[in-house]
Amino acid sequence: MMGGRWREGLGELRRYPSALVGMAIIAALVGLSLYTVIAIPYSEALAQWRGGEVWQRHPVNAGPVWLDRLTGGEAPRTRTVSSEAAEVESRAFEGGRRLRIPLAFDFDAGGFPSEMNLFLRAEGHDQRPFVRLVWQTPDGREIALGGHRLGERERIALSQDRALERRLGGLVPHIGLLADPRREEEPQVLPGRYTLLLDAVVFDAEASLTADLVLYGQVHGLAGTDHQRRDLSLALMWGTPVALAFGLLAAVGTTITTLVIAAVGVWYRGWVDAAIQRLTEVNMILPMLPILVMVGTLYSTSIWLMLGVVVVLGIFSAGIKMYRAMLLPIREAPYIEAAQAYGAGNGRIVLRYLIPRILPVLIPTFVTLIPTFVFLEASLAVLGLGDPLLPTWGKVLNDAQQQSALYNGYYYWVVSPAVLLMLTGLGFAMLGFALDRVFNPRLRSL
Amino acid sequence: MSQSPAPIQRPARRGWLRDLRRLLLYTAKRLLALFVTVLVGVYLTIVIANMGGQVDELRRVQIRSEAAEAVRADPAFQDLSSEERHELIERQVALEVERLRLDEPFMVRSVDYLQQAMRLDLGRAEQMHSDRGSRAVYDIIVERLPATVLLFGTANLLVFFTSVLVALFLSRRYGSALDRSVVALAPTSAAPGWFYGIFLILLFAFVVPWLPAGGMVAVPPPESNWAYAGSLVRHLLLPVAAMFLSQIFISIYSWRTFFLIHASEDYVEMARAKGLPSRLIERRYILRPTLSPIITSFLLMLIGLWSGAIILEQVFNWPGLGSLLFQAIGHRDTPVIIGSVVIFAYLLAVTVFLLDILYALLDPRVRIEGGQR
Repeated sequence: MMGGRWREGLGELRRYPSALVGMAIIAALVGLSLYTVIAIPYSEALAQWRGGEVWQRHPVNAGPVWLDRLTGGEAPRTRTVSSEAAEVESRAFEGGRRLRIPLAFDFDAGGFPSEMNLFLRAEGHDQRPFVRLVWQTPDGREIALGGHRLGERERIALSQDRALERRLGGLVPHIGLLADPRREEEPQVLPGRYTLLLDAVVFDAEASLTADLVLYGQVHGLAGTDHQRRDLSLALMWGTPVALAFGLLAAVGTTITTLVIAAVGVWYRGWVDAAIQRLTEVNMILPMLPILVMVGTLYSTSIWLMLGVVVVLGIFSAGIKMYRAMLLPIREAPYIEAAQAYGAGNGRIVLRYLIPRILPVLIPTFVTLIPTFVFLEASLAVLGLGDPLLPTWGKVLNDAQQQSALYNGYYYWVVSPAVLLMLTGLGFAMLGFALDRVFNPRLRSL
Repeated sequence: MSQSPAPIQRPARRGWLRDLRRLLLYTAKRLLALFVTVLVGVYLTIVIANMGGQVDELRRVQIRSEAAEAVRADPAFQDLSSEERHELIERQVALEVERLRLDEPFMVRSVDYLQQAMRLDLGRAEQMHSDRGSRAVYDIIVERLPATVLLFGTANLLVFFTSVLVALFLSRRYGSALDRSVVALAPTSAAPGWFYGIFLILLFAFVVPWLPAGGMVAVPPPESNWAYAGSLVRHLLLPVAAMFLSQIFISIYSWRTFFLIHASEDYVEMARAKGLPSRLIERRYILRPTLSPIITSFLLMLIGLWSGAIILEQVFNWPGLGSLLFQAIGHRDTPVIIGSVVIFAYLLAVTVFLLDILYALLDPRVRIEGGQR
């Protein structure tokens, strides 16, 4: 009997377009989380999100590529000019070599890079090599960029060279070096072939010297990057399984426990019921969010601890009153009496006879509860109480807010996690509303 | 002669007195129950906030390091030997521990804390102070309360009355295009108010800079009262719109369903068959019997939104209780955090109490049975 009702209900769902859209969104999100969990293992995601050297070749606060292209922009992407592709000229002398490494590239993008860095690796040298940098523009100018004595790994931040900036007439180097000198007012890119010539003196016959010139773009990837150069797509992708897992576990945890406790109260009556009722009233007085905030501040902001607290606080929630009202008439039903007559124990009656009866009514509530918890997690993260390690949507929003993303015009930083949150909310809510109409017969005709 | 009207009036007056007595009895019972509830709730809060007594250990360490630092920094103690100095530090630590009564078991002190909290003697903040400069937690919180009440009162009343009126209108013509679009829009309420707030700020404060992005009044506040009110309204628009957007569709949807269910009751059909005007049916046959659930849900909405305030206020930089709590977290100012939670608990309790009283007034069963449910 039960199975038939379920199947019938699900069959009826097909008649609701909102349910289909909701299910499609949920399926897409589940697919994305499965892909993410397989493609980027948990530990790797955590390690990368911690930030640091992994991201040093990513631009700071770059917008998504597609957004720029859609609006007709031609903002440059990040490009790396490597010495491995260059024709290195080597001349040996007593006790060393002299290398000429031309890092040549064509530049004709619609905008300037956002930053320029030169990464040099000189490993296995007894004495530190010396390198002099010369910038050659398409119109034949040569600009000396100074000399450097190199360690094993060196990062030369060309963009932060204040002296060079003064020589370029007050333009930041990543603009001044690529700008057309004939135009006085607004700087414009001078298209053509540029070369950064590395004139190096190496005091070793064998050891290598490699150089990478990185011209950071104004746009990056599908989702852009944040203030720590981290690729936002990592957080957006990993945020999906985290949000779904949190929402689902919290919803399952709270509904199931609440239901069981309500059923136990209804079945045993007397002081058990009274105690449950009083506990529910105490719990209604306890403000959920402030307590979570307190736990997050004083103990730990681990997402799993939060989940535990949410479930514990949700056990004696106001839902108990609702389930009680539904269960009370069922308790007196003849089939319960029949079960008692054949000798069913208390536990069996509660779990096998009382609870399954109201499960269908519960399914819609359960589905609509999931986004509530997804947003709760995001809310905590926006308050700065997000999980310290895991990348989540809420944490991206929190970062964006702390860096005044809206004020600085990095709209993508706020909009993309918000859209994902909204999609999750909409997907589950649409399905839940349709389920409500299917499983609550009184609503069906409305 | 003069006694003749008495027999007629007496039963009416006695009935009224009886009602009043039973109402009072009921009120007293509920008040007592709520008091116990708040007591338990606040005690739990205190235990959580003190980590069940673990905070004491941290506080001892802090006292010791502060005492050591004070002795080291004071030039008057420079020429003391290290043993003397050590003794001095120990003495000061012992004094401070005794002053804060850290030498007593936590259980004893927790009862004390509870008593203070229930008397709204919330103690002094560790780092924060009110805009007037007071360090008392009570002053800090009371100063912020009006801002929260203004914002949430406005938004909730607006949502409540709009949704009930629109729902009544829609239930009269259900199945229309407008009705179906409201039903289709209901799932948008899955997102909380602050979420819409972010979009509203993006649109109306940055893309099209019409309205302020946050705060309660312009800086510096306008001199004249009218300009002040105007600035307040301009700042109020976006947060109220955010809460309105996130609540309105689900609210209309659920009221509409509720009214539709009640409009199909037999006694309503009967009234219709009698040919009563639809206005009268609506007022007397649909609204009157559904009044207590309507009020219940209004107050339950208030309960739900007290806590939703924190993030919305934070997003809009609104100087209310929510952002106070957020700042307190930032400063790790435990007395303020506990104080806010206690105030939240009291607000919830007052809301629940109002709910009970209104129930008693509206539901004849309570009057007649005197709360003997």
